[in-house]
Amino acid sequence: MTEAMQKDDINASKPKKCNEMTGAEVLLQVLVDQSVDIIFGYPGGAVLPIYDVLFKQKKIRHILTRHEQAAVHAAEAYARSTGKVGVVLVTSGPGATNTVTGLVDALMDSIPIVCISGQVFRNLIGNDAFQEADTVGITRAATKFNYLVKDTQKLAQKLHEAFYIARTGRPGPVLIDIPKDIMIEKAPYVKKSKVEPYPSYKPKVMPDENAVFKAIEAMKKAKRPLFYIGGGIINAGKKASDSFKKLVELTDFPVTSTLMGLGAFPGTDEHSLGMLGMHGTYEANMATHDCDVLIALGTRFDDRVTGNVKHFSPNSLKIHADIDPSQINKIILIDVPIIGDVAKIIELMVQFWEKEGKQSEQKKDLKNWWKQIDEWRSVECLKYNQDKAPGSIVKPQHAIHSLYKAIRKRKLDAYITTEVGQHQMWAAQYYLFDSPNRFMTSGGLGTMGYGLPAAVGTQIAHPDNLVIDVAGEASTMMNIQELATIKQYRLPVKIFILNNHYMGMVRQWQELIHGGRYSESYSESLPDFVKLAESFGIKGLRVKTIDDLDKIIDEMLDEKGSILVDIIVQQEENCFPMIPAGAAHNQMILGPSKK
Amino acid sequence: MTHHLKKKLLSNSIEEKDKYVKAVFSLIVENESGVLSRVIGLLSGRGYNIESLTVAPVNKDEKKSRINILTSGTPMVINQIKEQLSRQVPVYHVVNLCEQNSYVARELALIKVVSKGNERTEALNLADAFRAQVVDASIDSLVFELTGKTEKINAFVDLLRPLGLVELSRTGIAAIGRGCRTIY
Ligand SMILES: Cc1ncc(C[n+]2csc(CCOP(=O)(O)OP(=O)(O)O)c2C)c(N)n1
Repeated sequence: MTEAMQKDDINASKPKKCNEMTGAEVLLQVLVDQSVDIIFGYPGGAVLPIYDVLFKQKKIRHILTRHEQAAVHAAEAYARSTGKVGVVLVTSGPGATNTVTGLVDALMDSIPIVCISGQVFRNLIGNDAFQEADTVGITRAATKFNYLVKDTQKLAQKLHEAFYIARTGRPGPVLIDIPKDIMIEKAPYVKKSKVEPYPSYKPKVMPDENAVFKAIEAMKKAKRPLFYIGGGIINAGKKASDSFKKLVELTDFPVTSTLMGLGAFPGTDEHSLGMLGMHGTYEANMATHDCDVLIALGTRFDDRVTGNVKHFSPNSLKIHADIDPSQINKIILIDVPIIGDVAKIIELMVQFWEKEGKQSEQKKDLKNWWKQIDEWRSVECLKYNQDKAPGSIVKPQHAIHSLYKAIRKRKLDAYITTEVGQHQMWAAQYYLFDSPNRFMTSGGLGTMGYGLPAAVGTQIAHPDNLVIDVAGEASTMMNIQELATIKQYRLPVKIFILNNHYMGMVRQWQELIHGGRYSESYSESLPDFVKLAESFGIKGLRVKTIDDLDKIIDEMLDEKGSILVDIIVQQEENCFPMIPAGAAHNQMILGPSKK
Repeated sequence: MTHHLKKKLLSNSIEEKDKYVKAVFSLIVENESGVLSRVIGLLSGRGYNIESLTVAPVNKDEKKSRINILTSGTPMVINQIKEQLSRQVPVYHVVNLCEQNSYVARELALIKVVSKGNERTEALNLADAFRAQVVDASIDSLVFELTGKTEKINAFVDLLRPLGLVELSRTGIAAIGRGCRTIY
C-alpha cells in the first residue's frame, strides 16, 4: 500500500467542505449529484480508494458482478429497462480491457453508459507499470467519448460531462479513466449545475418543421405506406412511444420494427406486422419491399434489416428521422431527412396530421393495402408443427410461444433478456412486446453472453418484476459465472435455456450455406445445467419432452427465487423466414411447413 | 448537406454516384490529447483513405486546433466522412472546402539534394525558376524550401529526382476558403 493511501484515513459520513474532499469522494459526490443509486463493478488495485469510499457510505449501491464484461452488460440492461444512465466501475489494465466488448455493445445499440476505470499513478503512465494499459487508446473506437483525467482540478467537471454526453444526442458509452493518485489527492467539487456543457458538443434536438411538413405531405399521398421503427423511439422515452401510438391510430398505417425497436409499438396491435429483416415476418418484409412511402423513425438501416441494399424497398419514397445526422444517407438514399429528437418529430407529425384533417381519398388506397397485407399474413410464416404426442421433443419455437402465453395468461409485466443466436430471433418472433424497455437483447454487436448479466441488471432495476433470460446453451456458457451474482443478491432471475446442443445459428448457416459441414458448432462437453445451477445454490429443472413443458413453465413462474430451466429442444430446427445473403425482401425462404 | 451534393447523391446515373471526388475537410477541434487519434482512428476504422493530414493549434486561448484532411471517395462516402467527423464530441466544425465556391490550399516541402558540379548548378537553376529558397547548404548538399500548390511541389520534386534528391519532407496541405466567409 502506498504512503499516500495510508494517510488517506477519511470518514466520509461526516459532511465535508469542498476543499477537503479527495478525488474518490468527489467521484461519489458526482454520482449522487447525477442521481445514480446503483453501480456495477469489480474492484482492483487502481480503484481501491474509490471502493474504500463506497464502503463508508449508503447512498450508492454497488453490485459486484463476476466479470467486468458482465458489469457493462448489466449496466446496459439497467439503462435500457429504466431509461437512466448505467454506471460501471472497474480497475486498470485487465479490468478495463475486459469492458471492451460491453462498451462496443453499448455503442452499437446506443445505450447510455458511464464507465469509470482506474489508471496507474500519473507519474507511472507510459512506464509499462503493473496493470497499466492504454485504456483511452484501447477504448477510443469503443466509446462515444473517453477521457483520461490528468488534472485533479477537472475531475468533477469531466465526470459530469461524461453523464451529459452519454445520455444526450444519440446515447452511448463514455469512459473516464482516473489515475489512482487523483483519487487520493484533494480535489475541488463542482456541482452539476455549475458545469458548462462541453463546448464543441451540441447535438441537434429540435427538428426542422419544414422537413416534418414535407414528410406529412408525402404520407398523405401514400397509397402503400409503412412505418419502419427502431430503438431510437425507445431511447427517446415513453412519450415517444405514446405519441407514435397516436400517430398510427390517426394514420392507420402498418408498422414494422427492428429488433431494437420491439415494444416501442405494441406487438399485439393489429397495425403491427412484427419484425422486418433477415428473420422478419413474411408480411413485414413483403410490405417493406412493396411500400410506396417508407417512414423510418429512430433507426439506421442496418444490414440485417436491408439485406441487399440494391433491392431494398426499391419503389418507395423514403422519409428518415433520426437524431444522428450521420445515419442519413449512410446506407440508403433518403428523400426526406429529418434530424432531431424522434419524440419531438413524432409529436409534430401528430400535430400536422391532425391539423391537415382526415385524408378521405387515402382511405380506399389504405383499404387495398391492408387487404394485401392480410393476404401476406394468411401465409402464417411463423407457423410450426409441434408434435403433441407424449414423449415428443419440444420445438424451440413452441417453448418460447408457450412461455409467452403463460406470461400473458398471468398478466405479468415481464422483462425479457436474450443471448444471441436462433433463440434470440425466436424470442423476437414469438414473444410480442406491448411496452417499450421490456426487451433487452444485443442487436448491433450480437454479443453471446449478454443475456445472463443483462438479466442481473434488469432485475436490480426492477426487483419486483418477472425477469427472464431466454438463452441458448452455448451463449450461456460465455458468462455463466453470473449465476454467483444472481445468488449473492438473491435475484429472482429466471433462466430459460433452449438447449439444442449446437451453436444453433452457426449450425443453421452451415446447413444452408456450407453444405452441412458442421465445423466446430456442436456444443461438446456441456455441463449438466441443472446440477450446475444447484452448485450455485440456484434451483434447476429440466424439460425433457413436451409432457413437462407447460408444467415446468408454471413452476418457473411460481418460483419466488431464481431458477434455471434447461429445455431439451429439437436439435436441427432452423429459424425462418430467412432472407439469404444478397437476396431481396420478397425472396425470403420460408420454413419447411410452408414449402 | 448542400443541395448540390444531395442532387449528386440522388441522381440515378451510376457514374455520378460511383465517381470518386476529391474533398478537402477543414476541422476545428478541441485542442486536447486524443482528439487527433480519434479523427485518424475514425477515418482508418471506417476504411476511408487519408491522402494528407495537417494539424496545428489556431487559437491557444480557446484551446482550438485546425485539422486539414485531403481525401477522396464517392459522394456518399464524402458525405459520411463529413457527418462522422461532425458527430465526434471534441469537434466544433467540419467543412468540405471543395463544396465552397473556392479555396486556397498550400503545402510546404523541404527537399535535400546531394550532388556536385553540373547537377548542383542545375538544381539551383530549377530552384530559381520555382522560387524555392535554399535554407541549408554544404559543399555537396542543399536543402530547398518550397511552398505552393501540391502540383507545383510534385513537379519540382520530380525534376530534382535525377539531380541527387535524397530526402523529402512535406507538410501536407493547409487550406482556407477564399473571400470573407469563414468556416465557423
Ligand atoms: C461472442 C460471440 N462469439 C461468436 C458469435 C457467433 N455466433 C452467433 S450465434 C452463435 C451460436 C449461439 O449458440 P446458442 O447460444 O446455443 O444459441 P442457438 O443459436 O443455438 O439458439 C455464435 C457462435 C457471437 N455472436 N458472439
